[in-house]
Amino acid sequence: MSVPLLSLQGLTKAYPGVVANDTVSFDIGEGEVHALLGENGAGKSTLVKMIYGLVKPDSGKMLLRGQPYEPAEPRQARADGIAMVFQHFSLFDALNVAENIALGMENPPEMRDLAARIREVSETYGLPLDPFRTVGDLSAGERQRVEIIRCLLQDPKLLIMDEPTSVLTPQEVEILFKTLQKLQSEGTSILYISHKLEEIRTLCDHATILRLGKNVGECTPSETSARDMAEMMVGSSLQTPQRAAREFGEVAMDITGLSVPAPSAFGTALKNVHLKVRKGEILGIGGVAGNGQDELLGVLSGETLTDADAVKLHGKPIGRLGPTARRRLGVLAAPEERLGHAAAPDMSLTENAMLTGSVREGLEKNGFLDWGATKAFAERIITAFDVRTPGPGNAARSLSGGNLQKFVIGREVLQDPDVLVVNQPTWGVDAAAAAAIRQSLLDLAAKGAAVICISQDLDELMEISDSFAALNEGRLSAPREAAGLTVDEIGLMMGGAHGMEVAHV
Amino acid sequence: MIRLEKRPQPSRAWSLATPLVAVLATMAFGGLLFAALGKPPVEAIRTIFWEPLFGEFAFYYRPQLLVKGAPLVLIAIGLSLGFRAGIWNIGAEGQYIMGAIFGAGAGLAFYPSDSFLIFPFMVIAGAFGGWIWAMIPAVLKTRFGTNEILVSLMLVYVAEQFLASVSLGLLKNPEGFGFPGSRNLQSWDAAHNAELIAGTGMHWGVVSALIAVIFAYVLLNRHMTGYHIRLTGEAPRAARFAGVNPARLVLFCLGTSGALAGLAGMFEVSGPSGQVSIDFNVGYGFTAIIVAFLGRLHPVGILLAGGLMALTYIGGDIAQSNLQLPAAAIQVFQGMLLFFLLAFDLLTNFRIAIGKPEVA
Repeated sequence: MSVPLLSLQGLTKAYPGVVANDTVSFDIGEGEVHALLGENGAGKSTLVKMIYGLVKPDSGKMLLRGQPYEPAEPRQARADGIAMVFQHFSLFDALNVAENIALGMENPPEMRDLAARIREVSETYGLPLDPFRTVGDLSAGERQRVEIIRCLLQDPKLLIMDEPTSVLTPQEVEILFKTLQKLQSEGTSILYISHKLEEIRTLCDHATILRLGKNVGECTPSETSARDMAEMMVGSSLQTPQRAAREFGEVAMDITGLSVPAPSAFGTALKNVHLKVRKGEILGIGGVAGNGQDELLGVLSGETLTDADAVKLHGKPIGRLGPTARRRLGVLAAPEERLGHAAAPDMSLTENAMLTGSVREGLEKNGFLDWGATKAFAERIITAFDVRTPGPGNAARSLSGGNLQKFVIGREVLQDPDVLVVNQPTWGVDAAAAAAIRQSLLDLAAKGAAVICISQDLDELMEISDSFAALNEGRLSAPREAAGLTVDEIGLMMGGAHGMEVAHV
Repeated sequence: MIRLEKRPQPSRAWSLATPLVAVLATMAFGGLLFAALGKPPVEAIRTIFWEPLFGEFAFYYRPQLLVKGAPLVLIAIGLSLGFRAGIWNIGAEGQYIMGAIFGAGAGLAFYPSDSFLIFPFMVIAGAFGGWIWAMIPAVLKTRFGTNEILVSLMLVYVAEQFLASVSLGLLKNPEGFGFPGSRNLQSWDAAHNAELIAGTGMHWGVVSALIAVIFAYVLLNRHMTGYHIRLTGEAPRAARFAGVNPARLVLFCLGTSGALAGLAGMFEVSGPSGQVSIDFNVGYGFTAIIVAFLGRLHPVGILLAGGLMALTYIGGDIAQSNLQLPAAAIQVFQGMLLFFLLAFDLLTNFRIAIGKPEVA
């Protein structure tokens, strides 16, 4: 066998209190699409940061085509032919595509020459992009193209992609995969980080699986089932949420013709939203981030007030009621942003249990607070949802993201809601905990609650939803029965490819 | 390289130790300052901290501690409620003045009646005067989104003009031989906020300050309003989610702090000061901001900080007359105290780490 492009040998990196990577070794061959799989916190990010020169390993070494490779900073990594597309874009909205790309270059050429090169690269790789368009007007998929083209202009030997599909519709994912396959056919290696297993099965030649910072196995994705890979990631057999067949009752939550202006310059206006959820039903709302998810949750939770008749609970108008009044009626919500919205970072878990629990758990009498009962409530959440923390006296910010998410969801679920609205309920949560959260939502629906689950994880929505709708630029598509929906249909509901075209390669 | 790392949890030990460490550091650096001025450092520090409490003339200074500390604590307690929620009332001085004018005016309207209702009526009028003055920035903020810092601060200067005006006109003592200033309330029993126990300095303002401390403690720790105040300060978006009405909170916090400042002004004018005069206010409203932060916005902390602040004032006065320390040096000394407190306070949420930073 020939010398691999990049060989990692015993890489170790420890942070105070946690070993992020523990003697990780694997090879990436020339022209190979290599998947790096693992749960949140498995050490994927730390590993690629070491490859990209952002973090220095404590021990172990890397070989690039057999030569020692020790990048001190990303600039050096780029000079050695390693490029990275981050999950979060670093682009300036007010500048155009060419200007954004020039900003990331060591010696940018003349703007005219650069624009010509951008056109050339974008046509070669089927990433149509006008260099003079303002980035602020581009869709998420097009922004990602800017980042990819920025990398391709350096003619990389290894392209690292960190969860590239989390911001794309299924159609856009297809376009991206065509590009990556073309790059591969030209001999570029790709290190592809994801936890979406079906994607990895279609795209990748080889997969390395990390768990708790260790390399726990390798496999050939096309020959391994998604379930087997998931179990390697989690390290135990997976519980698939059980859904019982259930009858839907009368309509619990009813939104008709709701339009809300954007709360800020960066917000999204809701436009003529119609929505009905019946008792016992789970309505899944998909859509790419930033299409009105936060705003819709605000309208349902009572943080944003609307016309009284626009939002109805069991036929009664509640559009003018604030969060406390809605909680009293049984409408509960769990926002996406855990720190600062769903929970106060510096307050203890007990104090955070008070945040939404005061009304329904009877933690307040005549304005006076019953901290004993609140502590007991917090402890109940911690036990029921397996929140890993020394105790309810700890500050919310001391919990890991996944644990705090379990606390936030548990706090609402345990209050026995009539209508529960959740936004990104399993974001950043490990697979086992995500399954537990989904199960709790299914159980809640089985008991007769109406659940609205806003999420960007389509697999999650398909797993638990009875009906499905998608948000696209503040508009909600007409809900459809979830069973039997194809990926194509879902993608079209999410706005299709946002005007992008498949590469004609 | 030395750098700061955010602690996962605020350190309880540091949060308690900070005021003590700050006082010690102030003593050390203040001592250096005094030495540089050619004064005996140990003697100066001893004069400031020891003399008022246990010195030869302590029998005179100890009551003064209560007289000076009470308005500071009363005002600072009110301010701390707003500060906790990120609502910045900087105009307590103006509310203090208005409380004094309203309180004294309400009493003097009935001069020379000797009804026992006069004093309670003055208390209510004083609180109302401070409250209404604080309602101006509060209503402007909730209605038009103005900045309460600027509006409340500027209203201090308006209040000072009011004070001058009533001293020379409306409330001027008709038997005062043309001098500016109102009748002296100390010589009118029905309106006099006299010492409750002679020679102790304990007057109704001191009692009110203690009640305010207890009230604020219960409010912040046991009541929904206090919880909402803390929540708004920590995470405004979470507070909205919890159902806090921000406008109502602005009205409550500014109103309460205004009423307490008004009370302080009323107790001062009817007691230690005695009369409404052009130079009635001496900066208690501004110093109370320091006291509120020195007490870490905690009711018990503010009680202690008010005492400490009064001590440095009285001790500073003694040091000025006994050791001929310049007044500016005393002010620097007091400034150091706040500076060190804020500096050491950083260690509650951060720790010092040595080494190369890690790109996370």
